[in-house]
Amino acid sequence: MSTEVAPIEAEPRSSAEASGAATGEPLLRLRGLSKSFGAVHALVDINLDVPAGQVTALAGDNGAGKSVLIKCISGIHSPDSGEIQWEGKPVHIRSPREAAALGIETVHQDLALCDNLDIVQNMFLGRERVRHLTLAEEEMETAAGQTLSSLAVTTVRSVRQLVASLSGGQRQSVAIAKAVLWNSRLVIMDEPTAALGVAQTAMVLTLVRRLADRGLAVLLVSHNMNDVFEVADRVAVLRLGHLVAVERAADIDAQVVVDLMTTGTSTRATQPKPAEPRTADDQA
Amino acid sequence: MTKLEGPDPLGPLAAEVPDLAVAAIAETEAPDAPEPKVETLRDYLRVVYLRIRSGDTGVLPVVAGLLLISVLFQSLNANFLSAGNLVNLLIQGAVYMLLAMGEVFPLLLGEIDLSIGFVSGIGGIVTAELLKQSYGWPWWAAILAALIACAGIGLLQGTIITRLGLPSFVVTLAGLLGWQGVMLLMLGQGGTQPINDNVVNDLASGTLTPAASWIVMILIVAAAGARTWLAESRRRATGLVAPPASLTLLKIAAMGAAGVAFVLICNTDRGRLLPIKGVPWVVLIVLGVLAAWTFLLRRTKFGRYVYAIGGNAEAARRAGINLSRIRTLGFMLASFTAGIAGIIYASRLRSVSTALDGGTLVLYAVAAAVIGGTSLFGGRGKAMHAVLGGIVIAAIDNGMGLQGYSAAAKYVVTALVLLTAVTIDAVARRNATR
Repeated sequence: MSTEVAPIEAEPRSSAEASGAATGEPLLRLRGLSKSFGAVHALVDINLDVPAGQVTALAGDNGAGKSVLIKCISGIHSPDSGEIQWEGKPVHIRSPREAAALGIETVHQDLALCDNLDIVQNMFLGRERVRHLTLAEEEMETAAGQTLSSLAVTTVRSVRQLVASLSGGQRQSVAIAKAVLWNSRLVIMDEPTAALGVAQTAMVLTLVRRLADRGLAVLLVSHNMNDVFEVADRVAVLRLGHLVAVERAADIDAQVVVDLMTTGTSTRATQPKPAEPRTADDQA
Repeated sequence: MTKLEGPDPLGPLAAEVPDLAVAAIAETEAPDAPEPKVETLRDYLRVVYLRIRSGDTGVLPVVAGLLLISVLFQSLNANFLSAGNLVNLLIQGAVYMLLAMGEVFPLLLGEIDLSIGFVSGIGGIVTAELLKQSYGWPWWAAILAALIACAGIGLLQGTIITRLGLPSFVVTLAGLLGWQGVMLLMLGQGGTQPINDNVVNDLASGTLTPAASWIVMILIVAAAGARTWLAESRRRATGLVAPPASLTLLKIAAMGAAGVAFVLICNTDRGRLLPIKGVPWVVLIVLGVLAAWTFLLRRTKFGRYVYAIGGNAEAARRAGINLSRIRTLGFMLASFTAGIAGIIYASRLRSVSTALDGGTLVLYAVAAAVIGGTSLFGGRGKAMHAVLGGIVIAAIDNGMGLQGYSAAAKYVVTALVLLTAVTIDAVARRNATR
């Protein structure tokens, strides 16, 4: 992609007053990111901005490179070329631990939760608070409870419930709350509603929206168009390793995204707001 | 939920108390219940009842099983529940309890350690050797050296398992064979190494004086009671879900009652020729190990990570936990605990001989842990389970021995109990509300 993807102003419904948005610098900026596995070009010259306070949806068919892209950001893969900028500074993310240190949390599709531990224990796993060499249970329980109620996750009976006894939506909520608890700046979600029913999907999407409203950057991977248009402020479309479009969600509709995902172009008439720059149409 | 329910200091005491009704109360009222806000004792009991109904049986099956076994054997032989026999039973079961407490670590990790039977043999023989005239080490140095040797064996096996990525079953099976060989080699021609040190021999056979028994019991109950009170009133103060104060007091009272009952039983003269009274040392050793491992598993990061790895190793890895280190430590603790068991075994027989069958010992240890409620699939279990399971196995052995049954019958009955325990656990889990 040759043109600069202009960061799009926060939409009215988001309260994007986080650092990145305030200075005009997106929280995360990818410049010319490429990644190949042998002869397979998984990602080719990706330029993408992920601003704080907004939900950026990453759409694409199977094999489009969505997973590779988020793995590059979360430190599981290292890109072959290109640059990752965090708050305007180039960074090298070599491991999930380094990503976490920057404030990047990934909520995995297969939910990295331990069934045999309770909600508090899962939320603090790996970063337990310790007093006098013993676990500070009360402190952790209080913090976990506060985080959950601040996100209005009220469906769980008790924070001392085992994760095994939670529904899919509740587990997803716990996984997301975990990211908030650790003061993440960017939360990457891989198909967070894939296995959920209607009511639970709505619950998780509300939660996703709430994260962005709190000023976090959210990168949402999904090929469910309903979900994408329900919560996303911006939609980035990947096709065969190329980023074919980055649009404001308000400017396009599901049919356009499907066209972009499958053919890389869309001739359909959408309702662009005249003042807005179309950012990636010249790509096709 | 069979673990991490918060402080449960009554458990340790109740376990050793043959007064099983008290033990049952203690465990069903596991404190720190993660359930809806409760204000009164009645609410609390209702929540506990609901939790059991939902398949979270905890140690209830094994306690019920113990009650059943006691009633059965008592009806067959009036001596079974006599003070002397009850204390005997605890002394006989101590080796199983200790070994099973060691085995709990690999089981929680979703692994298994088949070597700890013969590793305990190594612990016994190292102690016995170092106490010989020709070496003449003091008892404490010999015990320390034996425990370090056992921990080293666990470290070696754990390192092989984690660094080379080999299955623990195979590595520790090699250990079972290998350490048996080493043990036979160390025993040499005679095949028996007697122990003449009084302190070491008293570990299994010696007792506190009746007065000392009372003092120790009061100290333990006071410490456990104070801990419970402080922990639960702290929870109430921070506004977290906590058992009501009346229940806390009831628990402390139950601890006291259990302690008094236990010391009364132990202080009854159980000698045939000479009077024997007082709490056996070995009970304190088992209690000490139980308290230490319970603390480690419940209150420290290490313990939390052991459960996390057993529950979902991939989630633990993503949380930044060093899997190899925790696993290796788990195997080390298993062998270390086996070392303690081996010294007790040697102390009871006042010798180490080729008769030590580590293969049977380790399988009994696994059986004890599983009968007590530890899962073979990892992530669920407690040190307490090992103790309760050890008591069950010792009770079967002892009760059938009193009736004059053969070893063959004992094996069959133990097998049936093991199968029953696993079945109850599986059925309860299946009925659990998800």
